[in-house]
Amino acid sequence: MLLRVIAVAGTLLMLAACGSTPPEPAGGPGGLSGPGGISSSRFGPGSQQDLAATAGDRVFFAYDSAEISSEGQQILKRQADWLRRFGNVSVTIEGHCDERGTREYNLALGERRAQAVKNVLAAAGIPGSRISTISYGKERPEIPHSDDTSYAQNRRGVTTVN
Amino acid sequence: MKRDRSVLGVTGGALAFLLLLLAPAPVLAELRIDITGGKVEPLPIAIPAFAGGGGEEVQTGRDLAQVISADLERSGLFRPLDPRAFIQNVAAGEGPRFGDWRQINAQALVTGSVQTQGDGRFRVEFRLWDVFAEQQLAGFAYTTTRQNWRRIAHIIADQIYKRITGEDGYFDTRIVYIAESGPAQKRVKRLALMDQDGANHQYLTDGSALVLTPRFSPSAQEITYLSYASGTPRVYLFNIDTGRQESIGDFPGMTFAPRFSPDGSRVVLSRSENGTTNIFVLDLRSRRVSRLTEGNSIDTTPSYSPDGSKIVFNSDRGGSQQLYMMSADGGGIRRISFGNGKYGTPVWSPRGDLIAFTKIEGGTFYIGVMRPDGSGERLLTQDFLVEGPTWAPNGRVLMYFRQGRGGSSSRLFTIDLTGSNQREVTTPGDASDPAWSPLLR
Repeated sequence: MLLRVIAVAGTLLMLAACGSTPPEPAGGPGGLSGPGGISSSRFGPGSQQDLAATAGDRVFFAYDSAEISSEGQQILKRQADWLRRFGNVSVTIEGHCDERGTREYNLALGERRAQAVKNVLAAAGIPGSRISTISYGKERPEIPHSDDTSYAQNRRGVTTVN
Repeated sequence: MKRDRSVLGVTGGALAFLLLLLAPAPVLAELRIDITGGKVEPLPIAIPAFAGGGGEEVQTGRDLAQVISADLERSGLFRPLDPRAFIQNVAAGEGPRFGDWRQINAQALVTGSVQTQGDGRFRVEFRLWDVFAEQQLAGFAYTTTRQNWRRIAHIIADQIYKRITGEDGYFDTRIVYIAESGPAQKRVKRLALMDQDGANHQYLTDGSALVLTPRFSPSAQEITYLSYASGTPRVYLFNIDTGRQESIGDFPGMTFAPRFSPDGSRVVLSRSENGTTNIFVLDLRSRRVSRLTEGNSIDTTPSYSPDGSKIVFNSDRGGSQQLYMMSADGGGIRRISFGNGKYGTPVWSPRGDLIAFTKIEGGTFYIGVMRPDGSGERLLTQDFLVEGPTWAPNGRVLMYFRQGRGGSSSRLFTIDLTGSNQREVTTPGDASDPAWSPLLR
């Protein structure tokens, strides 16, 4: 709730400080009341951070699969709602893979994942012209570790605000 | 693009094949390594410094012997003997005293000389001797600009390899690969080019755009690769002589997995559209594009047979990733891999007899080979992540990359078809996606 307040009140530019990491839930441990002082991230309406905070900016996939899970469907439904609210925003869906496949196959798999996300958003009424896709295969892992937990985080479709 | 002609290429007349000193002697008690069978005992060979008159000639004579020795040693088929054991000093100019070489168990001996010609170029002669038969097996002379001495060494190593094994060598070749640096989440990748032994290393791109999967044209003058330079991943051509880069094919969406046809007139590649990936072929002269595969599956990593009549590729059309074969016009698709696990990155040997691939089974990656009909599968090496085999032009050695856990330490390696001779290829930093050039001459 506090984040929403800040989002509305925040008239300044969003900061890049939090990178691609989803923001901490408001009031959580290590959040605004953390020992390091006050977190200074701000969330402009229609921004990437706003999307991540209000809808979730990514969905995850099983190994060698481009199927959207039921959890992913929920996230994409919220993304579609958000995209309807910000009708002038266009997005690029990034498709990513874990490192347990060959490079070129993973480029194709990443494209298939990005397209699967796009298809759900389009089915929810978002015009295809607002959604482009790009595959990064296994070139841009979120977590640079070689274990199943990291792989699960790396097999992702990320909706990025253009 | 910075360019150095002396490094990049030998121009028309710079490397003149001068004369055959002596025809190979008739075969008697044959000094020969049979590399068609299993693991062989390396042949002891003595390669003393080539004789030279002046200071620069002496140094080059020493360097030539060193590069030839290193080439032959890395092949696993030769064991160059320690020069400190040599009894005869052949640099003094006299013919070989075979007894002296038999005494240190040399079976073959290489002698040579370096002379500076009137025009400043080097003339290099070499002779290969069978120590026990006391016979000359080969003798050639070459002239070249001074900067080109390494190529002369590789050409001599190729001659020795060919005379002893009966197979063409692969030392006068280059490698194009992806040089990697930085953290895994924002890895910087650059096209890089080097001689097969790691010498004459240079970067071809500056790292500002993500680039992947370079492959040589049959002339070794062009490279086709994937670049994110325009934002959309697309297939590009890089001309080594001019440094020019151009995107090829007017495709919507992503194009990737390019490879030249054996005659260099076409590039076969994958294109993704609406989540499906199919194989297309682009005629480089007319720029006409033809579709080869259809359907909702992923069809990628196409590779031509050496005669250009067939294409092997990777597809998940049957549910899991397997290798498939089709004719070059897209007809007659049939599956050729039937083992457990997933198969990818098929690459047809320049000899035509085998297809190399990456296999993933039970969390382990393998590099293997099979016949074009899918029979005779042999796995040559395995690790946490090995990928992307590329053939030496003689079809006897593969190069690939091996990546450590957490995206760490990606390195190039070679392995011969027996699987017994695995060597790291020296690169300045992390490396992946190697491609081996044809023989340069």
